[in-house]
Amino acid sequence: MFGTYLYRELSNRRKQTTIIAAGMALAIALVMIVSGVAAGVRDAQASVLASIYGVGTDITVTQEPVQPAEGEQGQQQPRFQFGANDGATADGTTELSQSRLTSGAGSTTFDADALTTAVGLDNVAAATATLTLNNVSFTGEIPTRDAASAQGTEAGVEPGSGQAAPGGPDGAGGSSFSVETFTVTGIDVVGESIGPLTSVELVDGRAFETSDADSTVVILDAGYAATSSLSVGDTLEVGGEEFEIIGTVTSTSSEATTASNTYIPLNTAQRVSGLDGQISTVYVQAGSSTEIASVQASLQNALPDASVKTQEDLASSVSGSLSTASDLVGKLGTWLSVVVLAAAFLISVLLTTSGVARRTREFGTLKAIGWSNGAVVRQVAGESLVQGAIGGVGGVVVGLLGTLAINLAAPVLSASATATAVSGPGAGGGPGGGRFGDATTAVAATTDIALQIPVTLGIIGIAVALAVLGGLIAGAFGGWRAAKLRPAEALRSVN
Amino acid sequence: MYELTNLTKTYETKRGTVSALNNVSLSIPTGQMVAIQGPTGGGKSTLLQMLGALERPTSGTVALSENLLSGMPDARLADIRARTIGFVFQGFNLIPTLTAQENVETALAPLGLSRTERRRRATEALDTVGLSERLAHHPAELSGGQQQRVAIARALVKEPSVLLADEPTGNLDEQTRDEIMDLLEGLWRDQGLTLIIVTHDSAVAKRAERRLHLKHGAVSEKKEHGTARRNTAQR
Repeated sequence: MFGTYLYRELSNRRKQTTIIAAGMALAIALVMIVSGVAAGVRDAQASVLASIYGVGTDITVTQEPVQPAEGEQGQQQPRFQFGANDGATADGTTELSQSRLTSGAGSTTFDADALTTAVGLDNVAAATATLTLNNVSFTGEIPTRDAASAQGTEAGVEPGSGQAAPGGPDGAGGSSFSVETFTVTGIDVVGESIGPLTSVELVDGRAFETSDADSTVVILDAGYAATSSLSVGDTLEVGGEEFEIIGTVTSTSSEATTASNTYIPLNTAQRVSGLDGQISTVYVQAGSSTEIASVQASLQNALPDASVKTQEDLASSVSGSLSTASDLVGKLGTWLSVVVLAAAFLISVLLTTSGVARRTREFGTLKAIGWSNGAVVRQVAGESLVQGAIGGVGGVVVGLLGTLAINLAAPVLSASATATAVSGPGAGGGPGGGRFGDATTAVAATTDIALQIPVTLGIIGIAVALAVLGGLIAGAFGGWRAAKLRPAEALRSVN
Repeated sequence: MYELTNLTKTYETKRGTVSALNNVSLSIPTGQMVAIQGPTGGGKSTLLQMLGALERPTSGTVALSENLLSGMPDARLADIRARTIGFVFQGFNLIPTLTAQENVETALAPLGLSRTERRRRATEALDTVGLSERLAHHPAELSGGQQQRVAIARALVKEPSVLLADEPTGNLDEQTRDEIMDLLEGLWRDQGLTLIIVTHDSAVAKRAERRLHLKHGAVSEKKEHGTARRNTAQR
């Protein structure tokens, strides 16, 4: 009887069934899509973080830059100094070229003992250190000293009147400079299972070997190699030294780039940059995910001046439209879901209870002919539950269609992770030489990521559970109201 | 048999306490056909609800055979209604979304019968009231008289010992009224029911073996006897 009655009620009261199911479906679909987008954004953030910090890194240790005290000199920027006879001279023009390898602005190095400290802590499965640097290359053409002097001492004499040519790249005594920069990461070649190179794959050449520890060899990001027309076997000047290119790598994620333009052995990086015994980041892997918090606390305790961050903390460092999407999903999306879900539940409850009120005669009659309170409540609750389930199935279908539509559209989100680079030259000079300070600034390395929403059984399960919960809540209210009906009163109201 | 002793029922309203039944004592033997008449608000429906275990008295007792209805818990009262008492209402009170057969089956649902058994007995009951051709019809597709026949089939399908009818012909024309009363009288005669009918209609009341008059909550007996007669052998 229960099934027949339920079927007849739902099929004959289509309007109410449709309204409740549609409301529930809308809410469930929204919850599914918002949950899916949130998961997609989390995946994208993880992908960006993996490209920077590598796979398997649970915690990173860095040193926050410290504001120099008044009168104290801040971080030294690379300066290019040329002697009077430096450079190659031809046709009244002197070509100058210098390369500096330094830690970038906003990046602080600290003692490599921190790695030893980290490795010695309990529950630390693996740890490795890197030194993040910027290579700034200055190339310029200036008039030769002789040409400039001649022009200066015979001021007022028109060029081309039998005097020496003024020189310079434009032939009129002018100069031209260019500054190029790329990021360099010093890697421990011994081969820890974590670190930046765990999220890359070899495109060409070979990876580092233990014997490369003190060598001047370099591995390039494949994208950087392509744009710089470099390939395996070529050489690249890093910090004034020629490095042999032994390999090119690309990110294992199609959605992200590698963390650095170039990778060199850590020892070599420390030597060439003059930062012996210095590192900029320690990558730590905890024994298990449950031990991350305790390892973080131990690290913070052992290295009080260091900044110890988990992947969760680092996710907040990802900015750009991906971050905006994350905030949007986290705040607006969640609240919108809660509001729509609450509205759907409320509509369901109101329609169910008003349906019970409308069916007072019906339930009064059923009680009069011997139906127990429990049987009437079961009937009302059963109807609500099925309406919720219909809404849930509809919501899952709409949610999957919405997810498919978003995945097909694949909206591109940009993700920026903090890095350092050089934005332009500064200039200075003096007689007999010149000094050029770079204008290194912290900028964001931007990665475009096509948002893909994962469809998991978990999300579908949550959606269906919410629909069933909505049906149960509405059924509980409706059933409670039906149970309260006294048969005599119910019959008196219609007779 | 029904035994009502000093039965009083009062309702609290905004205007004060209303006395629907006032110290009513009454015996109704098993198998009797009783008509209850009286002015509107005289307490007829309240008395019927007391007899049907739908309402509890403010004071006094209602007993049906050995069952003291006034002292029973709700679940036991529901069981008594499910097995012993059939109801017929003025407004038919059929469930609009169910067919005639399914409406009749609702009375069998509390008895825990199999679906097949419910179907069989519902079909049989509808056949008894002359609606074997209307099993799959919804109430809206039936006339008033046919709907009341479905309601009677629903009341009788569980083979109750008591049939309570509240203005069973109140919504019907004279011809249909007589048809329904012929049907009820025939069933009463054939099945040994105790039939208690609340009615305003004297033509209906005159058919009963016994006529009660209820006014201001007090019951009085009308002396004249109705036309209905049961075969003595059956009683």
